[in-house]
Amino acid sequence: MDNIVGKKTGLAVAANLTVAILVVLWLIPTIGLLVSSFRDRDAISATGWWRAPFSTEQTFRGRGDTETVTQDGALFILTGNVFDDPEVAPSFPDGPATISAFGTRGNNPGEYTAGTTADLGDGEALLINADGTYRYALPEDPGSRGPRYYIQAKTPPKFTLSNYETVITAGGMGQAFINTLTVTIPATIIPILMAAFAAYALAWMDFAGRSWIIAAIIGLLVVPLQLALVPMLQLHNQVGIGQSFLGIWLAHSAFGQPLAVYLLRNYMIGLPRDIIESARVDGGTDFQIFMKIVLPLSFPALAAFAIFQFLWTWNDLLVAKVFLPSGEATKVMTVKIADDLLGSRGGDWGILASAAFVSIAVPLLVFFSLQRYLVRGLLAGSVK
Amino acid sequence: MATLKLTNVGKTYGGTVDVLKDINLDIETGELIVFVGPSGCGKSTLLRMIAGLERITQGELQIDGRVVNDIPPAQRGIAMVFQSYALYPHMTVRDNMTFALKLAKKSKEEIDAAVSKAARILQLEPYLDRLPKALSGGQRQRVAIGRSIVRDPKVYLFDEPLSNLDAALRVATRIEIAQLKETMPESTMIYVTHDQVEAMTLASRIVVLANKGIAQVGTPLELYERPENEFVAQFIGSPAMNLLAGEIVETGPRTMVKLVGGGTAIAAVETQAADKGLKVNVGVRPEDLTSVQDGAPYIFEGKVNITEALGEVTLLYFDRVGDNDAVIGKLPGIHKGLRGTSVRMTAEPDKVQIFHNGQSLHYR
Repeated sequence: MDNIVGKKTGLAVAANLTVAILVVLWLIPTIGLLVSSFRDRDAISATGWWRAPFSTEQTFRGRGDTETVTQDGALFILTGNVFDDPEVAPSFPDGPATISAFGTRGNNPGEYTAGTTADLGDGEALLINADGTYRYALPEDPGSRGPRYYIQAKTPPKFTLSNYETVITAGGMGQAFINTLTVTIPATIIPILMAAFAAYALAWMDFAGRSWIIAAIIGLLVVPLQLALVPMLQLHNQVGIGQSFLGIWLAHSAFGQPLAVYLLRNYMIGLPRDIIESARVDGGTDFQIFMKIVLPLSFPALAAFAIFQFLWTWNDLLVAKVFLPSGEATKVMTVKIADDLLGSRGGDWGILASAAFVSIAVPLLVFFSLQRYLVRGLLAGSVK
Repeated sequence: MATLKLTNVGKTYGGTVDVLKDINLDIETGELIVFVGPSGCGKSTLLRMIAGLERITQGELQIDGRVVNDIPPAQRGIAMVFQSYALYPHMTVRDNMTFALKLAKKSKEEIDAAVSKAARILQLEPYLDRLPKALSGGQRQRVAIGRSIVRDPKVYLFDEPLSNLDAALRVATRIEIAQLKETMPESTMIYVTHDQVEAMTLASRIVVLANKGIAQVGTPLELYERPENEFVAQFIGSPAMNLLAGEIVETGPRTMVKLVGGGTAIAAVETQAADKGLKVNVGVRPEDLTSVQDGAPYIFEGKVNITEALGEVTLLYFDRVGDNDAVIGKLPGIHKGLRGTSVRMTAEPDKVQIFHNGQSLHYR
């Protein structure tokens, strides 16, 4: 289209702009999730993910060091450096930072600017400098428990893999990953095989009632699967499959069947009639034509459906909840994340974000390895 | 290697729509029969019925004396070359050619021998391991033909095999097919085309199809020189034969027709005395018309309205005096100067046809 002579219309510009905006809109949450997955809990609760590359102002608290106490007239003086405080130091592994403000009350930790002396009444005074040195004057002996102070300091941006570590090493996550694969791989392959046979028959074999079957399949496309959950589980229990991997394979295969048949049949009917007839003249039976001609030529459609079905079964929570037993040994990743991680650490956004990324890694891999088949013109050269 | 016999063959869709009816045709071993006709005349349908890709709804088809109406395509001993080549795009040229043999479970030696023979005949040896998409249109069509040859069929069926090729390649491939036929004189071929040049050059006999049936069967020259009816007369030859209305005035071994508009035509067609006064159409091919001097007998007189100089010939479009029928003449050489002049034209008696009710009087 680019080669067509003429000025680009405003419509084309608008279309490009819309696409760009949509792409950005869709990417923003994903990027946010990705960035969040590398931040620790405190950083996430302090600032939004878009602030992640910048230093953040955070509040820390410590106590005056009572071992340095000296008496100056009626006052007891505590001196030292806040960055030596065992409560503060672990937050600054790279050494002292610049303190911007300090305070003595938790509800107003930035009450006084660093470097100024805060007069707290009764002779009590606190001075914390930007470099962390402080002087705390008290009218009474603090004893062994030093007085509280709060400081606000800029901390450098910090990224961590600890969220991923938590998710991956969480108890049973490896088993859940294997379980997910155990569900998704057969649940992708079985419906493709079944649907391919059905699609060939519906596309290229003449039999009575063919168009009615096609119409029924298209009708089934719009039936929500929730309708079938209970009856199917009852059926599984009656025939003795119960809640098991076999049960979920059958359930996913059945639920995926209408879309698979519909997609593949539409693709196969678009194959050149001449090729099929030529194979028939060459002596091919329907089975041979299917296996040797139609199936290889339908690869793009098979790949397209495989991607759909794989993603859907990988991300599925509902069907897994219904058709798999609830024990640890059969938990798939979605169930694991929903039950264990969300249940026990629902507020820990870093864990949730990294769990999301762990669970989409394989689907991304599948998509990128198969997507070239979606665009490849397999039919090139067969017919003019 | 095979004879075909079609007896009252017909095709009806949905029990009501007749596409073809009462086709009777005998094809001998070694013939190259061309089905030709206007678009939608059913020529491809007839070929597909012979191939077994369309059910024969009436009549009977025999190949080598065996009725094959209900025999599937693969067992009829036919091979078909499709207009679109219909190569298997995911297979190499070699695999394309061996597909049928492998399905038939032929031995490896047999397959190799058949492929190398076909590849040699069609000069496809350098391309055996290529995929169809890496071939040019002409090469693809040769592969499609090679796929037929390796099967050594009783009957070759070609469905407009050249219509997807460009003009130059079409001529070259047409000659290749003619040569191929010569190397396999025993093979029977049926060839469908809408291109009458292909029909005239390739055919041992041409079957002209029109109006759901056969208009005429004959050698190319029979069709050209002695068309049975006005349809064939006008279908074969370019530009089409001129038809001029008139009335028989003299009968005998030669017939004289007085034409509407003043001229007279003498045709080498025998008529009876009873035919006198019969309303007829006189057919003269544009290339048979010659100009005559004043005073000599002429078929028609007309003013040259348009000239089209094609180089080796000039087409003259006449406005006839006394009649509105358009007439076309074709004179060798360049005659642009004739434009606007009034000319009298005639033709040799043995080049003149007479049709009554659309049928040639020659075949009565």
